[in-house]
Amino acid sequence: MTHPSTTGPAPVLALKDVSKSFGAVRALRDVSLELFPGEVHALAGENGAGKSTLIKALAGVHRPDAGQVLLDGAPVTFHGPGDARDAGIAVIYQEPTLFPDLSIAENIYMGRQPRRALGRIDHKATHNATAALMERLGVELDPDRPARGLSIADQQIVEIAKALSFDARVLIMDEPTAALTGSEVARLFGVVRTLREQGAAVLFISHRLEEIFEICRRVTTLRDGALVGSEPLEGMTEDDLVRRMVGRDLDELYPKQEVTPGEVALSVRRLTREGVFTDVSFDVRHGEIVGLAGLVGAGRTEVARAVFGIDRWDAGEVTVDGKALVNGAPSTAMSAGLALVPEDRRAQGLVMDMSIERNIGLTGLRTTVKAGLMDRGAERSRSLDWAVKLQVKYARIADTVNTLSGGNQQKVVLAKWLATGPRVLIVDEPTRGIDVGTKAEVHRLLSQLAADGVAVLMISSDLPEILGMADRVLVMHEGRLTAEIPRSDATEETVMAAATGRAAA
Amino acid sequence: MADISLSRAVRWDTVVGALLIVVLLFSFGFVDGFSNALNLSFLIGNTLPIALIALPMTLLVVSGEIDLSVASTAGLSGAVMGALWNQGMAIETIIPICLLLGVVCGLINGLLVTRLGLPSLAVTIGTLAAYRGIAQIVLGSDAVTDFPTQYLEFASGRIGDTFVPDAFLPFLVLLAIAVVALHATPFGRSLFAIGASEEAARFAGIRVKRQKLLLFTVTGLMASLTGIFWALHFASARYDNATGLELSVVAAVLLGGIDFDGGKGTLGGAIAGVFLLGALQNVMSLQDVSAQSQIVVTGVLLVLSVLGPRVARQISVARAGRKAASTPTS
Repeated sequence: MTHPSTTGPAPVLALKDVSKSFGAVRALRDVSLELFPGEVHALAGENGAGKSTLIKALAGVHRPDAGQVLLDGAPVTFHGPGDARDAGIAVIYQEPTLFPDLSIAENIYMGRQPRRALGRIDHKATHNATAALMERLGVELDPDRPARGLSIADQQIVEIAKALSFDARVLIMDEPTAALTGSEVARLFGVVRTLREQGAAVLFISHRLEEIFEICRRVTTLRDGALVGSEPLEGMTEDDLVRRMVGRDLDELYPKQEVTPGEVALSVRRLTREGVFTDVSFDVRHGEIVGLAGLVGAGRTEVARAVFGIDRWDAGEVTVDGKALVNGAPSTAMSAGLALVPEDRRAQGLVMDMSIERNIGLTGLRTTVKAGLMDRGAERSRSLDWAVKLQVKYARIADTVNTLSGGNQQKVVLAKWLATGPRVLIVDEPTRGIDVGTKAEVHRLLSQLAADGVAVLMISSDLPEILGMADRVLVMHEGRLTAEIPRSDATEETVMAAATGRAAA
Repeated sequence: MADISLSRAVRWDTVVGALLIVVLLFSFGFVDGFSNALNLSFLIGNTLPIALIALPMTLLVVSGEIDLSVASTAGLSGAVMGALWNQGMAIETIIPICLLLGVVCGLINGLLVTRLGLPSLAVTIGTLAAYRGIAQIVLGSDAVTDFPTQYLEFASGRIGDTFVPDAFLPFLVLLAIAVVALHATPFGRSLFAIGASEEAARFAGIRVKRQKLLLFTVTGLMASLTGIFWALHFASARYDNATGLELSVVAAVLLGGIDFDGGKGTLGGAIAGVFLLGALQNVMSLQDVSAQSQIVVTGVLLVLSVLGPRVARQISVARAGRKAASTPTS
């Protein structure tokens, strides 16, 4: 099923009928893939489709059980990531791992700095080599600047530069844009285009379909470990791609139900946290989904944290159903009917080493209690109930959550909070890093909750999500609320204008 | 958490329990003088101070914190008790004062950790020195020994003709309370969450600081109770009572499978660890192993106890991996 190359040179790197099993799980079945120099190739598939396994097979982390890895047409066996790197294959991960206190140049040449006499590090040569790499990538980054404080996009660019310093001809980018803002994505894509023109082969993985269409020429789709196909993106629509990934027509991605808003549920008045956000006022009504848009760092998450009581506010007032919340007290916010699905599910949403049952149970420590003791029966049935309602895919409810895929972890976080029966639900980046099928499920859930009268405040950097789901869009810019846009007027342009401060408040 | 794959995992606390039984059986069979009632009562009596402090220490370590000042708090309580007794105060007044003092000592640790956000390891090394210093200022080099007989007898006596010390029954009550608190209450559940991920616990509405403050305070209280017991049990209140006891407590708790990083362990394991250590020390004493060598053994055990559960977990992870075919992440 591989797509024969019609033009240009032979593939620089290819997989031929590769299979890989982990015990009984067949992660890859007879998958073939060809990467050509000078092309950006997308790898698409839901969570669990086998993308990571495929990457690891290419990068020498996993050795295929069957099939071949072909480098310049010749079969090779990588005995480890080092072999793959020496062969010119580099993987750029979602979260770069730089040493924050070392300079960019030191990070790139870590452990192999040019030397002068007596083994002293030649700082000048290191600097110059780094500067040359940056020039090649067409970016302006000072080689002597410490890695600390670099944006994630710039950190990834440093990782790319590092890959180039190893003469990488194949770059595998595993969800590089998941944590990036729009302008950062543009910066990264600029570098990717430069690489492409210089003849590198790039394998690009992203859950954001529009990015795939923007930068890639061909796409290889995996489903349940098997190859669906490799084909040009030209002429395909996003819906076509989604259908290949999930194997069926996806119900609408944004199933927003029309709801007549009720009374004000969450009211935020003149909320200020010095140096973070200033004079933020808004209401969310029962039955409403209000989107909170803005660039990363605009203060959206910080407002949510303060409202829920994780951080203290310096001035202002928050009420839920008319009842004032206590400053800096999540437990009272919870009793008032507020729930927060935080931005970072691994660090904030879940205790990764705890079971699904107990993670969901954490929000019920005050309700699943009998005579002061944990009512384990009630805890288990509460957790099971919600895990089933949200269709979390797990083997046993007592399994730790770190055994679940990202999408299922996010469902556990949602389950944990829906189990409290919230009247106001704040979700912060509810679908970041989860596959498109789960994403549609989460949207359907949010829509249903709103229809049932829950007031939903949705923070998202995913503009189509905001536009597709929100009844109203609030926009923050540099710590202030700069716009409130009704659904009918909300477009990418109006929201982005307010988010970048181009529109008057 | 440790109780996830009960069937598959090599549970370290079970290992320690089994080890304790083996050591006891071996000692009963082969160590001269181990099985007579007097020795057994010594074993239990001498282990009780460790066991008493191990109760709150287990909860503290589960929540990701530690208190190294416990032995100094115990010493300080004993010293204050001796000093007040020398002043002619009634023992019934002195004991509550000493317990209150323990509460204050624990509260100071707790406030430094929760309000100022200092690491408990550093804070309590500081108060370890400070509390012991105060004890020396209070009592100097005196040894107070003339406490009322009925108290001394309770602290060192045995129930009837058995080898069970009088103080063992109150300990069992405290043990039961601690087991229930850690393993059957929302409070205990929240400690596991705090220890495994403090941030996630906070985002789940758990009052992390309050729980920790409470724990440090209770630890101070238990430490001073231990100090009082120590002075009465050995009929001697000195400023250097219980010196180094924190090493034994921490070693025993870690030996019992309480993860130093927090979030994992059972009180059963911790108490098994305490008595395993106690039994080993007893056997070593019977074999005329010097006190210095015993400290060496305790130190080695401390290192092994940090290592052991990790190895056990890796074995169980490896087995689980082979059995259940670790799901590939993608």
